Formats: sequence, C-alpha cells, structure tokens
Amino acid sequence: MNLVRELRLPGSTSVPATAGLKPIAVKTAPWLFGLAVLVFWEMITRLNNVPAYVLPGPLAILESLRKDAPELLRALLFTLRVTVLAFLAAAIGGLVIGLFMASSRIVERTLFPYAVILQVTPIVAIAPLIIIWTDDIQIALLICAVLVAFFPVLSNTVVGLHSIDPNLSDLFKLYRLSTWQTLFYLKLPSSLPFYLAGLRIAGGLALIGAVVAEFVAGTGGRASGLAYSILDSGFKLQVPRMFACLVLIALVGIAISICLSILTRFLLRNWHGSAAPRR
Amino acid sequence: MNVVSRAVATDLPRKARPLLTISGVEKVYSNGMQALAGVDLTLPGEPQFLSLLGPSGCGKSTLLRIMADLDRPTAGTMDWPTTNCDASGRPLADLGFVFQEPTLMPWATVFENMYLPFRAKGKSRKSVRDEIMAALAMVRLERFSDHYPRQLSGGMKMRVSVARALVRKPRLLLMDEPFAALDEITRMKLNNDLLEMFQAHKLTVVFVTHSVYESVYLSNRIVVMAARPGRIVGDIAIDVPYPRGEIYRTSRTYADYCRTISSLLADTMHDFDGEQH
Repeated sequence: MNLVRELRLPGSTSVPATAGLKPIAVKTAPWLFGLAVLVFWEMITRLNNVPAYVLPGPLAILESLRKDAPELLRALLFTLRVTVLAFLAAAIGGLVIGLFMASSRIVERTLFPYAVILQVTPIVAIAPLIIIWTDDIQIALLICAVLVAFFPVLSNTVVGLHSIDPNLSDLFKLYRLSTWQTLFYLKLPSSLPFYLAGLRIAGGLALIGAVVAEFVAGTGGRASGLAYSILDSGFKLQVPRMFACLVLIALVGIAISICLSILTRFLLRNWHGSAAPRR
Repeated sequence: MNVVSRAVATDLPRKARPLLTISGVEKVYSNGMQALAGVDLTLPGEPQFLSLLGPSGCGKSTLLRIMADLDRPTAGTMDWPTTNCDASGRPLADLGFVFQEPTLMPWATVFENMYLPFRAKGKSRKSVRDEIMAALAMVRLERFSDHYPRQLSGGMKMRVSVARALVRKPRLLLMDEPFAALDEITRMKLNNDLLEMFQAHKLTVVFVTHSVYESVYLSNRIVVMAARPGRIVGDIAIDVPYPRGEIYRTSRTYADYCRTISSLLADTMHDFDGEQH
C-alpha cells in the first residue's frame, strides 16, 4: 500500500506538517512557486541577452507553441494516440495475464522470470529490433510502449490476487460460490487497489515508452509525434520549438496522471483507506 | 428387511438422531505436523452450546474448519445423518461460520455482505431482502444496511458478521474465537447477544475459545483439548439453565466450574511441560 501513497499527486493528500496553514495558502503555494520560477527564468534570459537558440525564455516558448500550433497539435495527437492505445493494451493484457498467472503456482513460476527479463531490458535496446521487424512504424512504437507499460500492471495484479483475505476466500468456499462468482465478487474487487496502483505507473510508462521508441525510430513524415518534432527542431536549432514539444509531453503526462488519480479515487471512494475521507 | 429398517431410521424425529458424528478424525499437515489425533465427538440433534477450549496449537480451530468442510481430515469420518450432503458426503452448508475477524468485504455495503450467503443459490436481492433485514434487526443494525464496513466500529462489524452467519437460519453455527480481538466490554455485550440468539433460534453453536471464563459463561458443554497432538481430554456439561446473566457470572457455581475447567486445562499444560524435559 506504500506504493499507492507514494504515487499520489502533490496536494491529493493531507500533509500533517501543513495542517496549521490556511487551506488557500496550501492550494496556491505550488502555483505561486511555478509562476516565480517562470518569472525568474524570463528575467535571466532577458537581462543576460541569452540567445533563443541556447535558452529561450518562457514567453518565446509560448510564442513558438502558438506559431507552430497546427503542426504541434498533429504531433501531439499522434503521441497521445500511441500512448493511450499502449496504456489500454497494457491495462487489459496485464490483467488477463495476471489472472492467468495467479491461477496456478506452476504457471506463475514458469512465466514470471521472463516477464522480469522483458522488464529489465531497456526499451532503447529492444526498440531497433522491433522497428526492423514491423513494417508499420506506428505498430512498432505501440509494441515498444506496451512492453514498457505492461509489467507494472502485471506484477501489481499478481500481488493483488495473492493478497486476498484468506478468510473471505474460505467464506466463498463455505457458501459454495462458483469460480466465476469468486472471480467477480472476490478476486477482482480485492485486487482493484493494487491494479489501479499498477495502472498509475503504467500511464506514465506508456508515454515514456512511446517517446523513447520514437527517438529510436527517428523517422519523420506525416505519421510522427512529439519526440520526432524534438529531434527535427534540434537539427534546425529551433530550440523554442524543442521546449514547446517538451511542454506538451509534460502536459500529456500530467493529464494521464490526473485522469488515473480521479479514476482511482472514484472507484475506491467508499472503502479504501487511500481514497476515502477519514472518519 | 433392510429397506424397512432404513425407512424406520429416517422416520425417527430429527432431534433423536445426532447432528454430526465425528469418529477417529486425524489431521496431519504436509509438513508432518499432527494437528489432530483420533478425535471422537458427537453433536446431538437438540440445540447445544458447545465450547472447544484449549491452549494454542491444540487443533481446536482445525477441528472447527474440518466441521465446516474448509479442511479435510487425513483419517476418520464425519457423519451428518440429518443434513443433506452432496455426492462426496460433504454437508450442503446448513451452517454458518464466524471468523476471528469480521471478514466483511470492504468494497460492499452491509446489505451486499449479508447477501453473500444467498448468492450461490441464485436468489434475487428482492426475494431475500426481508430475511436480511430481519437478521440485521437481530443485531440492531438494520439502519446500517447501506453503510460500508469502514464506517462501522469493530463491534458493529462483528455483529454484521454474526448476522450474516445466521441469515440463512442454519442449524449449526461455528465460531472461531469470534470476539477475541474486541475490547472486554464489547465482548461481554456480544456474548449476551449471542446467548439470546442461541435461545431464540434453537441452533447448535460450536464456539472455539481459549478463555475459561468465556466458555463457562456461554456454554452448556465444554470440550477441553490438549496439544501435541491435538486431542480431546475432557467433556464437561455445564448444567446451568439459560438465560444467564450477571447473577450467574458472580455465582459460586460459576466459580466452581471455572476452577474445575482450569485445573483440567492446567493438567494438559503440565503434560506439555513434561514432554519438554
């Protein structure tokens, strides 16, 4: 359960140290800090006359975002699509294979080491092979992103399924509930908090996988995302545009994280300590 | 002849025949640990409040789990002459079970938790609603049917657990140190509630405990067990009528029973010490 706690967004948890402060101060502090950094950044670049191809100020980046909006938006949609599809594939695949693995000791012992091997091999090292093997670059990127995002879902699902209260298990046996009933009314709900924690890791990793794979692929054309835009802008020394892409990638990451956070709180609101308000 | 005698046997009133006859039951775990050795025990047809009392490791919980068919004995037989059994001789759950923890599903409301025993039978929520609410009323929690377990106190959760075990009106209620994790005051209250239900429902309770006082207060029969290997060393009737209350708890009879049972228990512990030397 530590995992769940560590993965929380700042501000989603009540921090005892700030309990004495006014809630408004607690809420606005992160925004004010961000704003201060941006102002400081803008001032540094202006006062020292730092050229935009070395370090553009926030306003220059904003200008680039506005100017290149159509192209960047297309790249954003491409990366977003790969990320979301990879995430969904990992979410479903991790659950199904997790259920299969947890169903028998032998299956788990047989398969789990290979899942670990796949996980610990850096995606940058596998990506070139996958790109060679697949004709469609989008599918290659998708495979890479799934490979990265899949493991946390799988391992969390397995841990969750192994953490079922043995007494509840006995109770289901005692009342002779069928295998399917036990799956739907005991196993899936029991492992839901673990599964959701896995999803929250997978969301971030799907984006990382998509971006890294695209860097490796490094091919342009119509079907290309934010990572290729960064490469391309780098070649042309369009540093503000590189930053604009970075901003978009970060925004995607934050959006995924917030969505999954909301989903977690919604699903666990009534019963789980990590989501429900204290009595 | 055979046919006739069998017909006669089934015509006997239900109560005249035992509810359960356990003979020569043994349990050896796969690591070689012998949890139970040659246990014989009969639960009569008429309602009884039986406590299984003994030190930890005496196999009282194992015996209870075997009764509930959650564990299989490695030797011996379990005979349920008046209960419907499936093809392999296992009783078709005419029993309720209460664990040491409330064992409620945290993701489900009190009502949904109470519905669990009916789920396998494929009954609709609507058709069993009255039964569920009646069982909850018995533990004075009918107003909490829409609450989640985390909104209830430890004692309330335990009461839901007891109500769930009784919701299908079983003839046999098995309880594995059910109130051990609760504070003393709550436990005394729940013990009194339990006695009321025992009288009202005319069911047999098998109550596992390691507390002499609790067992003497609650039961009309105490089976004392010893460890290494788990076995029965005493079977004592507590001849005090119900309802029982504070007067009994502070009476001479109560103290005498406690002394008798305690010394029996102490003997089993003495054997245990002897084995160590």
